[in-house]
Amino acid sequence: MNRSMPLFTGVIGSFAISLAAIVLVPKSQIGALQPQITEDEGKITDIFPIENRGIAEKGRAIYAANGCYYCHSQQVRDPQNGTDLVRGWGERRTVARDYLFEEPPFLGANRFGPDLSNVGSAKWRNEPEGETRKPARRDAAWHLLHLYYPRAVITQSIMPSYRYLFEQRKVSGQRSVDALPVVAPKGADYEIVPKAEAKALVGYLLTLDRSHPLQEVKSAAAAPAAAAVPAAK
Amino acid sequence: MTAAAPAPTAPAPSGSAPAPNRALALERARIDKSTSGPVLFFFGSAVLWLLAGTLLGLIAAIQLHSPAFLAGFSFMTYGRVWPAYQQTLIYGWASQAGIGVGLWLLSRLCRVEMKFGGVLIVAGLFWNIGLSVGVLQLVCGVTSGVVGMELSGGAAGIMFIGYALVALWAAMIYGFRRQGPSYVSVWYLLAAFLWLPWAFGLGYLAQHLPGLQGVLKNVIASWASHSLVTMWITGVGLAAAYYLIPKVINRPIFSYNLASIGFWSWLIFGGLTSMVRLSGGPIPAWLVTVSIAAHILLIVQIVTVTANLVLTMQDQYHMVYHSPTIRFTFFGAISFSLASVVSLLMSLRSVDGLVHFTDATYAVDLMFIFAFFSMAMFGAIYYIMPRLVGCEWLSASMISLHFWGAAYGGGMVILVLLFGGLYHGATMSDPETLFSQVIESYYPFHVGRTIGLVILALGQLIFGLHFLLMLLRIGQPGGQATLFAPIQEDFHS
Repeated sequence: MNRSMPLFTGVIGSFAISLAAIVLVPKSQIGALQPQITEDEGKITDIFPIENRGIAEKGRAIYAANGCYYCHSQQVRDPQNGTDLVRGWGERRTVARDYLFEEPPFLGANRFGPDLSNVGSAKWRNEPEGETRKPARRDAAWHLLHLYYPRAVITQSIMPSYRYLFEQRKVSGQRSVDALPVVAPKGADYEIVPKAEAKALVGYLLTLDRSHPLQEVKSAAAAPAAAAVPAAK
Repeated sequence: MTAAAPAPTAPAPSGSAPAPNRALALERARIDKSTSGPVLFFFGSAVLWLLAGTLLGLIAAIQLHSPAFLAGFSFMTYGRVWPAYQQTLIYGWASQAGIGVGLWLLSRLCRVEMKFGGVLIVAGLFWNIGLSVGVLQLVCGVTSGVVGMELSGGAAGIMFIGYALVALWAAMIYGFRRQGPSYVSVWYLLAAFLWLPWAFGLGYLAQHLPGLQGVLKNVIASWASHSLVTMWITGVGLAAAYYLIPKVINRPIFSYNLASIGFWSWLIFGGLTSMVRLSGGPIPAWLVTVSIAAHILLIVQIVTVTANLVLTMQDQYHMVYHSPTIRFTFFGAISFSLASVVSLLMSLRSVDGLVHFTDATYAVDLMFIFAFFSMAMFGAIYYIMPRLVGCEWLSASMISLHFWGAAYGGGMVILVLLFGGLYHGATMSDPETLFSQVIESYYPFHVGRTIGLVILALGQLIFGLHFLLMLLRIGQPGGQATLFAPIQEDFHS
């Protein structure tokens, strides 16, 4: 009866300790991060990161709605935490500042698929350099086909088909410029064209590029550029 | 400031004096009658969600090795079914079983009859409606996008209203308690009942607070979803183990001091362990260090709880052959120790570097949720149900089948994911292995998981059926507990 006080004090205290350590102190530490602004003779020449707008923002919502982040992470890690850099998933590790405008960041928890932090970059690869079986450059057409039927481009893929983001249309006159290079299930006079969602999703994927140098990350490839960036609040 | 309390009457073994015994028995019957409505409601909903969740889990597992399975339906795509499965398991099954067991235990241990139980049924309706809305939204593509806290704010809000009533009732039961110094189960229950709204509420609220930018959202979500397992689920599970094991084998727990030390170390360090989930990620590195340190300090709890429960069981191990409650609960207690040790090992940076982003980390969650908590809850439900419905379980073989399904199936899933995760991590950290080969060679583990889940599902189906029979009062006449085998007197020293 009279032992309730220590018990309740203890429980409330455990809230306080864990809230302070895990939430409040980190907030004071990284809660006020700003984009990195590069100035050249008083003129702003570069800001990173910037907010997603338009189609990329819509595509981001499609990415979230379909739970892409349960298999694809969006965080490139240091060499001591994995082979991300060697695999070609990025040129540097990602840091808190990379995710400033993301609501929320899709850091991911499992990797049944490759990391997508930089999948929009021309340098992104998922095969060793010089690999001959390397698929074609991952441009919009590649991504659309991959979303429609992943095993058409990567035979071992376990990614589900997102064919509900596409529609089957009867060809009227000329084929659509967006039509996928596949035979439609309904026959030759039909074509598969991406819905707005699929286009937005691909638009989002192609914006994913966190290779921009940041002053707080050492990057083997981009060290000189990063060093030249003046400190900015 | 330890609350170490000699609680001689706690899980009161029946003494020899007949008269006060009879009064106590009558009191217990009155308490059980007062709690039966809400507790049965929470148990019933929990079992329904367990079966629904098992189905969702099977769909997701099959899709991992056969991606064409149910492909092309937006609402059945892996990225939607998977979070629906997780949320169903945590909030549908685990939390509601926990609320039911927790409320019953609290009433019994505080020796208080529950008043206005109808309000708790309304609370349960809120919880179930909110969760149903949230899960339907998930399969329709409405999600917060934060792993572990996927439900929409609206759904979480409805659930929170329901839970607030539960917490209020739990506080009232404690306030009106007639039992003297409270037992260790009561401490765990109160901490758990208070940690749930705290982590759940703050976790969801933070998703909508302005001023929390970027990765802070992930930090808070990881803190909240991890705390729900380490504080809420673990708290209720240990409360049940601390109550049921001494109760059924009819002797007090080995040491109240050990129990107290274990409780306080858990309370202080348990809430700090969450950042391992983001180990190596774009967050301040010291956060992860704090969590690793907390994991290591939790050794105190692992050792004391294990020693206490094992020493309580000493010389009475034969009870696992007789009593379903003991078999399930003791399995859960041992799983708690194993899960804690594996969790500690995996928090270490060298191990985490290997298994991060693999199924091995998920396997640890399953060790806590399936092997420890669910087994303890099954044990509790097997103990509590006959006291609420007035008849005993129909069939010892059905209970036995359920146990083997849960133990073999669940154990297989966990082992497959643990070793699969190690393999996945090892192949991923070898830069010579193509990523597509990493995924391709993982195929047997995906199949193994499905096989394990099917066995688990069979066990749970049998349990669901048995539970339904109990609700319909189809069972053996009350009075003599359904045992696997009769207890022989000469064993029963």
